[in-house]
Amino acid sequence: MVDHIVYYLIIFVLAIFVGYHVVWSVTPALHTPLMSVTNAISAIVLVGAMLAAGPAAFDWGGWVGVAAVVLASINAVGGFLVTQRMLEMFKRKEPAAKRAGGH
Amino acid sequence: MSANQVALWYLVASICFILALKGLSHPSTARRGNLFGIAGMVIAVVVTLALVYSHTKNVGMILAGIVVGGAIGVVVARRVQMTQMPELVAAFHSLVGMAAVLIAISAIHDPGAFGLPVPLPSGNRLELFIGTFIGAITFSGSVIAFGKLSGRIRSAPVVFAGQHWLNLILALVMIGFGIAFFLAGDASKWPPYIVMTAIAFVLGVLIIIPIGGADMPVVISMLNSYSGWAAAGIGFSLNNPMLIIAGSLVGSSGAILSYIMCKAMNRSFVNVILGGFGAEPGSVAAGGEQKTVKSGSADDAAFVMGNAESVIIVPGYGLAVARAQHAVKEMATKLRAKGVNVRYAIHPVAGRMPGHMNVLLAEAEVPYDQVFEMDDINGEFGTTDVALILGANDVVNPLAEQKGSPIYGMPILEAYKARTVIVNKRSMAAGYAGLDNPLFYMDKTMMVFGDAKKVVEDIVKALD
Repeated sequence: MVDHIVYYLIIFVLAIFVGYHVVWSVTPALHTPLMSVTNAISAIVLVGAMLAAGPAAFDWGGWVGVAAVVLASINAVGGFLVTQRMLEMFKRKEPAAKRAGGH
Repeated sequence: MSANQVALWYLVASICFILALKGLSHPSTARRGNLFGIAGMVIAVVVTLALVYSHTKNVGMILAGIVVGGAIGVVVARRVQMTQMPELVAAFHSLVGMAAVLIAISAIHDPGAFGLPVPLPSGNRLELFIGTFIGAITFSGSVIAFGKLSGRIRSAPVVFAGQHWLNLILALVMIGFGIAFFLAGDASKWPPYIVMTAIAFVLGVLIIIPIGGADMPVVISMLNSYSGWAAAGIGFSLNNPMLIIAGSLVGSSGAILSYIMCKAMNRSFVNVILGGFGAEPGSVAAGGEQKTVKSGSADDAAFVMGNAESVIIVPGYGLAVARAQHAVKEMATKLRAKGVNVRYAIHPVAGRMPGHMNVLLAEAEVPYDQVFEMDDINGEFGTTDVALILGANDVVNPLAEQKGSPIYGMPILEAYKARTVIVNKRSMAAGYAGLDNPLFYMDKTMMVFGDAKKVVEDIVKALD
């Protein structure tokens, strides 16, 4: 039987491959939003933090988990919102571009 | 909720994250991509909440934590200015790093809460060790990067003798304690873990302090990558495939951005990491010969551009510092109204982080189809009447094409090929590389000295 760790390793390597190919397709103009959205995605550690913050017997380990939940939530919410804010700026341009490109 | 159901939902969330990145291939699909990202995060959180509820019912503190953290996140995301994006991203990286360390501590204390065997198997300990030290380095490194970017600490590199040996020895000692933690019995697991984590925090500081302000785009990309690897490391230790997938996506994204930034400066990654570059920004290598520059006024610049057929604007970070983006947009609109073809040329390292200048121009409502990347517009300078350089220096320095110059090989915007070059600078001070710029002394170059915002506003007035 194959160990768990080997399955995780397979997932890990394939995910790096996917990441590599998807990220090269990102237009350089959007590299700052790329960084803020990947930053928000790395806040997925929130899932681990939630497990830490909801143990059967809540002791100091639970408090450490709650602290992690707070930090990761700031990151998740803040990261996605600020990315949206940036991308809205790239949107407003389209009608203006049509007007300006008229000549 | 069964473990299988949870895992399948995590798969859905992971695909959402991939689609979020995929959307960024064009500005028109980027917003939808971000919505996918948000959906992925919501799915992951709701499913995990259901999982915890079905096991322990203890979700009160989790929800409280999310509300508090989320509220802070909303305020920060609304208030931050676009020029502060690099600082914000650095600060966010530090949060991920710290969260990873806290989760690891919690997992060592109570593995049962994560569905891990008690006592913790040595394999998971090894992974916790990896997740912790990457998280700790990400945290302290990002705090230093944040300090440098926000001007709270000096951005000049801090270099001292034996620095790299010290780092190497500390890293080896850290790994030694990591092995001790790996081998220790359940009763004696804490001391080696605590020492190891403390060393990792110190290492994070030591790795970032020798790197100068000019190299910040690389540093911030590198820390972006680290934060992803930290998440993946935690995923391995908690046997959670979604953390592994999301972490790897982020890790490879940051690595690619670091590579692109290094290439744009023609520096090797190792060279950037070892640091010390740009030790004295602004120190002009003043030779004995007195070269003369031709200087002009804003009115002169307005006259030349008003009569041109095509203008390419090269914005540098100096423009952002002077908050002149809106004035530039106004000037471009006026010129376009006169029938001048106005475009923008962006060097990859024009801002303080990858793509920073594009965001700053977008904020000023410059249409993105007027904004071109270096490779797309370099061929156009030769047939362009006026290149207007605003607060940029090294990225248009023709010395980069001369063998033997310190920046030889760095790709530049070939502004010197334009028929006329107008350069706005505050003074004749050199750029980050500390080099003189022959572009300023060319016969076809006109220097307009002064604050970028003031100068551009004067040009706008003169165009009326």
